[in-house]
Amino acid sequence: MINVLFFEITVGLYAGGTLAYLGYLITSYPKAAWVGRLLLGGGFIVHCAALVLRYIEAGHVPVTSLHESLSFFACLLVGSFLLLRLYYAVEIMGAFVAPFALLLVIWAAVLPKEIIPLPALLKSWWLPIHVTFAFVGEAVFALACCAGVIYLIQERLLKSKRAAGLSRRLPSLEVLDEINYHALTIGFLLLTIGIVTGAAWAERAWGAYWRWDPKQNWSLATWLLYAILLHQRLAINWRGKKAAVMAIVGFGSVLFTFLGVNLLLHGPHTYAEWLR
Amino acid sequence: MKEIILVGLNYRTAPVEIREKIAFPEETLTHYLKALKGLSSLTEGLILSTCNRVEIYAATDTPEVGVEEIKGFLSVQHQLPLPAFEETLYVLKGEELVRHCFRVASSLDSMVVGEPQILGQIKEAYRMAHATKATSTLLNKLLPRAFSVAKRVRTETSIGNRAVSVSFVAVELAKRIFAHLEGREVLIIGAGEMCELAAQYLVREGVSTILVSNRTWERAVALAERFKGEAIPFSELGRALLRADIVITSTDAPNFVINKDMVVDILKRRKNHPLFFIDIAVPRDVDPQVNSIDNIYLYDIDDLQEVAAANIKGRQQEASRAEGIVAAAVEQFCRWYQSLEVIPTIIALKEKMERIRQKEVDKMLVSFPNLSARERQAMEDLSKTIVNKILHNPITLLKKANENADGEPYVDTVKKLFSVETE
Repeated sequence: MINVLFFEITVGLYAGGTLAYLGYLITSYPKAAWVGRLLLGGGFIVHCAALVLRYIEAGHVPVTSLHESLSFFACLLVGSFLLLRLYYAVEIMGAFVAPFALLLVIWAAVLPKEIIPLPALLKSWWLPIHVTFAFVGEAVFALACCAGVIYLIQERLLKSKRAAGLSRRLPSLEVLDEINYHALTIGFLLLTIGIVTGAAWAERAWGAYWRWDPKQNWSLATWLLYAILLHQRLAINWRGKKAAVMAIVGFGSVLFTFLGVNLLLHGPHTYAEWLR
Repeated sequence: MKEIILVGLNYRTAPVEIREKIAFPEETLTHYLKALKGLSSLTEGLILSTCNRVEIYAATDTPEVGVEEIKGFLSVQHQLPLPAFEETLYVLKGEELVRHCFRVASSLDSMVVGEPQILGQIKEAYRMAHATKATSTLLNKLLPRAFSVAKRVRTETSIGNRAVSVSFVAVELAKRIFAHLEGREVLIIGAGEMCELAAQYLVREGVSTILVSNRTWERAVALAERFKGEAIPFSELGRALLRADIVITSTDAPNFVINKDMVVDILKRRKNHPLFFIDIAVPRDVDPQVNSIDNIYLYDIDDLQEVAAANIKGRQQEASRAEGIVAAAVEQFCRWYQSLEVIPTIIALKEKMERIRQKEVDKMLVSFPNLSARERQAMEDLSKTIVNKILHNPITLLKKANENADGEPYVDTVKKLFSVETE
């Protein structure tokens, strides 16, 4: 179970990265951001290695337990943030993304880590395709949500004329809104593909594209929510604060679909069901 | 032992009437540097001349003579009798000089603390002195150190990027609403000095067009011409508000020129693209209610002043952090300077002892010519061991003192006790 060791190293590196980024948020000391980037980047590499090792050991993409799903999602979240950083000078977002990723891996760390075998029925190439698209889409929505939170803080500070302190360290409103827009379009595209491939896989496995199980219903609801937001943005020029609030609400729905359904409701997407 | 001295004056010690007479024009600086190098007591020299300060850095074996020569140099070169400006001069040496140099480069000694120009100026001064071969060991260490201290201060504190003037605060805020200012259009309504200053800063940041509107058409045209912008008739203000991203108002109108309904309507027509109002008129030109609309940001003169005041306070905090960086670097430099002397002292001490030992052993061997080879060797070994044991403590102490940056008194003591000289 060397993958578990790698996973634990990841938790440590994310914790260090979180501390460094929070230090950067408080002190605006550029070295802190540098350290944060290094630790988070290092954590990401180790995390990828952990997932690959687990993939080899299990023989399928490691998303069959809540531990695996949380870990996989955290890895994609960090990866998409590191990618975003290449395009936008938004180092400070690390102070929001890193703690979130840390929270996810800590939660994953306390859950049972044994590998749950995948029923033969579900073994298919659709699994990695469906899950990867859906998860990357959700990770991108998480970034939109982070950008939205920072937007609301910056907007509040500027509107209330408290522009001398924290506001100096946050990105400009326009950059945050642009991230919101791009994350929204990309995330929506990915989620759409995720849902469609999920349906195709369901058809192969169970003989029906859509079975109205809670996960599917909530995914559809989330998809509709983002479709509305995208429409509002494109057709009636919602931007700034409204778009930021929507991105946060939308991600709330993502979280519920991702976690709430599994923990509170039942259906084929809930991991325990697979064991029966 | 050579040391660095500094003779100079700045905006605190000398009024502008004297500063302008003592300043060295940049074009002929090489000529002055050569003259400075020609002074008999100096081995290195550098001239820093800006509108706020004139400072001459030099290395010399005889500090007192050096200072007098530099004073004379200033007097002769500027054809000004020394008593006319002598009391505005300050003379610095040792640790104090190093601190001063680092603080100047880091813009902590500037009239406007944190202003970025001084670093460029001092770099240029060093470049010219270096090119004229007027610098050597000491200044070639001091100045590059000063630059790296300045760089650290700049990157590790936010002392340099806090806007403390109202016009500059406006620009700073614009950059926090818009990702970049290139290609933006700015609308000026009215006229006034602060208005123009803010517009100037914005042009420097790359805004593409300045629109000017004024109740008096001629004045609008005149101001527009100055910024190579566009004059807009006052009646067409609404159309201009559709194009602009930043609006600076400063009319002498008694009532609001821009009210909430107007802005709500315009915002819809500009597809919710943000609009930043900077109202520097008293009484105000823009209804404060405008600030409550999403995507609209309004700062009046008091708001801007408050931000500027907060920035000044922040800058003071940053300055104390910067002083910490400087202090650490000063200590490091002084240690380096002392090590210049400690190592030669140790070597001189060892050499002197070896000479004494050799001489005494030789004398002894002459007195006892019949000693066997083994006995001669034993005498050599014995004398070496005695010398090494005696020297062990003083040398360890010197080395340790060197590391702890308090070597100087020991160096002096050792030199006196053993009467050794270093070059």
